[in-house]
Amino acid sequence: MKKRAWTLISTFGAFVALVAVLAVGLRLNPREVPSPLIGKPAPAFELPLLNEPDKRFSEKDLLGKVWIMNVWASWCPPCLVEHPVVTQIARSGMAPVVGLNYKDTRDEALPWLKRNGDPYQLIVFDANGRIGIDYGVYGVPETYVIDRKGIIRYKHIGPLTPDVVQKKVEPLVKELNAGG
Amino acid sequence: MACASAQDPALERRVTNLAHELRCLVCQNQTIADSNAPLAVDLRNQIREQLAAGKSERDVVDFMVARYGDFVLYRPPLKASTVLLWVGPFASLIAGFYLLISFLRRRQIPEPQLSDAERARAAKLLE
Repeated sequence: MKKRAWTLISTFGAFVALVAVLAVGLRLNPREVPSPLIGKPAPAFELPLLNEPDKRFSEKDLLGKVWIMNVWASWCPPCLVEHPVVTQIARSGMAPVVGLNYKDTRDEALPWLKRNGDPYQLIVFDANGRIGIDYGVYGVPETYVIDRKGIIRYKHIGPLTPDVVQKKVEPLVKELNAGG
Repeated sequence: MACASAQDPALERRVTNLAHELRCLVCQNQTIADSNAPLAVDLRNQIREQLAAGKSERDVVDFMVARYGDFVLYRPPLKASTVLLWVGPFASLIAGFYLLISFLRRRQIPEPQLSDAERARAAKLLE
């Protein structure tokens, strides 16, 4: 009799454990791949500017500053969705926002900016997406927060929302600006 | 540029073999070899370029993991964070068998309790 009760309890326990594991698993977002780059130096690049092809920009040019890099493309609808949010970050002046124009063409990217506004401090042009690979970009838009020492502190995949900015980006940028 | 090296069948075979080991992050349940997403094409080219430059398979895999994490590997390494992934299915299989066997053992059919009169009647019916 005791043994029977034990079997019942253990069967029920196993069932509950399985449900718990599946419940957690189903809640995880498979699209959120944790970036191994957090806490690592921002991969080095030197790219021409989108609007001034003879000028170049390297991530080292912003050493000593906390800055935000936003990966976008004119062919990417979610980039258009997040554009007002990016614009708001840039306007707030919390940190310089650098655009990385990913696998795009000047013929399409420049009119896109004209239509939707250009909030960026500057935009680098990664025509073949090679620098995107170094940053582990797999779905535009993506946004990185880089600290004064050039270390990637945060990465957001997908369109930025006011909520993400308020809860993650802004506090982090403030903290990085206040701290060493 | 990719076309020139595509003529080397040995290299192509290595590229394809490696591409089958790596997950396409855009489409997630396809390998880089199977996917035609632009990123998968780029990453195949990256593999080809690096192998052609004399890098080993190991180097290329490290290159991908450094950028995209263990998630790009179709066979993730055995680590503290992946133990459940590797051991979980076997553990639940064993637990399931254990419960099944203990359930079957317990489910003995009780001997029919019949009186002598009933037995006699049953024997008569069976004749």
